[in-house]
Amino acid sequence: MAEKQVKIKVDHLSKIFGPHVNKAQELLSAGKSKADILAQTNSTVGVDNADFTINDNEIFVIMGLSGSGKSTMLRMFNRLIEPTSGTIYVDDENIMQLSGKGLLDLRRKKMSMVFQNFALLPNRTILDNAAFGLEVQGVAKETRNQKAHESLELVGLKGYDDSYPDELSGGMQQRVGLARAITNDPDILLMDEAFSALDPLNRREMQNELLDLQHQLHKTIIFISHDLNEALRIGDRILMMHDGDVVQVDTPEDLLTHPKNDYVKAFIENVDRSKILTAGNVMIKPNTVNIEKDGPKMALRRMNDDQISSIFVVDNDRHFLGLIDADDVDQMLKNNQRDLHDVLNTNIPRTTAEKPLSDLMAEISKSPVPFAVLDDEKHLEGIILRSRVLEALSGERVEGGSDHE
Amino acid sequence: MNNALVILSGIPAIPLAKWINSFVNWLTGFAGFFNALTAGIGAILDSIQWILDLFPAWLFIIIILALTWYILRNSKHWGFMIFELLGLALIWNQGFWHDMTQTLTLVLATSLIIIVIGVPLGIWMAKSNTVNMIVKPILSFMQTMPAFVYLIPAVALFGIGMVPGVVASVIFSLPPIVSTTCLGIQQVPADLQEAAVAFGCNNWQKLYKVELPIARTTIISGINQGMMLALSMVVIASMIGTMGLGSLVYFAVGRNDAGAGFAAGIAIVILAIILDRLSEGLGSSKRHQNK
Repeated sequence: MAEKQVKIKVDHLSKIFGPHVNKAQELLSAGKSKADILAQTNSTVGVDNADFTINDNEIFVIMGLSGSGKSTMLRMFNRLIEPTSGTIYVDDENIMQLSGKGLLDLRRKKMSMVFQNFALLPNRTILDNAAFGLEVQGVAKETRNQKAHESLELVGLKGYDDSYPDELSGGMQQRVGLARAITNDPDILLMDEAFSALDPLNRREMQNELLDLQHQLHKTIIFISHDLNEALRIGDRILMMHDGDVVQVDTPEDLLTHPKNDYVKAFIENVDRSKILTAGNVMIKPNTVNIEKDGPKMALRRMNDDQISSIFVVDNDRHFLGLIDADDVDQMLKNNQRDLHDVLNTNIPRTTAEKPLSDLMAEISKSPVPFAVLDDEKHLEGIILRSRVLEALSGERVEGGSDHE
Repeated sequence: MNNALVILSGIPAIPLAKWINSFVNWLTGFAGFFNALTAGIGAILDSIQWILDLFPAWLFIIIILALTWYILRNSKHWGFMIFELLGLALIWNQGFWHDMTQTLTLVLATSLIIIVIGVPLGIWMAKSNTVNMIVKPILSFMQTMPAFVYLIPAVALFGIGMVPGVVASVIFSLPPIVSTTCLGIQQVPADLQEAAVAFGCNNWQKLYKVELPIARTTIISGINQGMMLALSMVVIASMIGTMGLGSLVYFAVGRNDAGAGFAAGIAIVILAIILDRLSEGLGSSKRHQNK
């Protein structure tokens, strides 16, 4: 994997809301609890001493329940909310020092925001909404309309230029919100619960759309969500917030497999694992026979060794060919046949390692034989056994093994 | 308890009226300022009157009908246009035409001035808590004080005629436009304001690209209210020499002539209905007008 470049660095960032910020900060550094601080100073700690980095071109999900401080965190990146203390560096530039024009330029050119309830201007057409960012920058009408038109097309809203926001469905309105954000061509997209107001079907579709879009655009996307399934689906890395604290920053898989504390553990308990786990996560390395080298006797012995009733067959290059059954091989030996091709069952379900388990569940539960997991060149990477799938879904540790049914 | 009452009854009457009189007297010391103001308002009145008098009555009626058709072109308005035609024709027929244009001049000049003062003041109030706290009680005072009272200092400072009538009308009809503008700006949804800032609007851009367009309908309803209040002042203003339909009513009162009074009163009603509908029509969504 290519070397990750740091896009944003957050350094000891804190935000305290309330009338006695200084006092609250003293108490906080003295190690008082947030409840104590609220009681003593009537001030709320929004974000407490956050320290993390966000890489270039990644989808970084900030995850937490309402009141965890995630929206506050997001709004400090473009300084809609001024941090109480700490520093944010964007491309190594300290954005806390920006003021006036520098700050406007940061918002106009570096970052765009997508809002939970779309925040489209109801009195403007879709095209004018999408062109808003460029209009604010003073870009000529023709140029900005051209750009806005292109980004609307990119989000799949061709032909709606002259409509008004209230004529569009929620999903379509949020596409406009997305188009408005990318028309400026910023490096960074700030997405505040961008899909939370959509129904589940639309939400799923927009998540896919965002992933597709990210494939083309390569932005750094900071995505706020309270929905762990969403976070796990779209996030390259996830930051877990709880009560103003950064609890854990990790990849979705590491978050699931190595939750840092009980809070995260409790959080991931309810996750639909079939959507996160892929075929690759649950497959095991099988024992195989090479059809060009091994005969029936060899095959039978391997099956006996592992106490299995069937075995996967590959060629010299480990290309997957099929499965043979112990009973068939027995029969062969009795008939004095030598060529394993005669009993080869090629009708084996196949999949790739990236496929999410949710897409395979139905077939796995019906199939009498294990699934073969192949790479792009049809090499056998592993096999999927029903028992392993059930273990993985029930939250047991998933690790490679070589046992066979 | 009793002692307190004794003490209270022992206090001599506070010379409130005297104080206010000396304040007004003090104000008359700035004659130069008030003369300039009088001349300014007079110029506005004269130019509006001049424009209105430019057209003969029949052409004026056609222009009003065309304007109505343009402003209300997205709603059913044929009935209203027939009403306009008949109503204006009646005013003409009764020989009230010139009085009507004078009254219209008063209302339009007042509306112009309250928009120019009221909208920025309302915006300022919405943006600043301090301004809000200072202006709000003053507005309540202005609106609840009986309108007659304004006539007295208005005469002292601006003399007799149209100008003090306009000044009294402005004071009386300014409050709604200020408070609706303030309300309209404050009601702009938080996420739209946030979006404006997030996309790099400076304060002016935020105001005229986002807040004013969103608050537009509310602000125009304030202008509509202000206009109606100005119209309600025409009879009162006629007591200090403001000419027009109001003075016809006022004179009819003096002569105890119910017929003449009602005839002029009906003309005011017709004018009020037309102004109300047209200014309301301006407030309907711009978007439908653009289509």
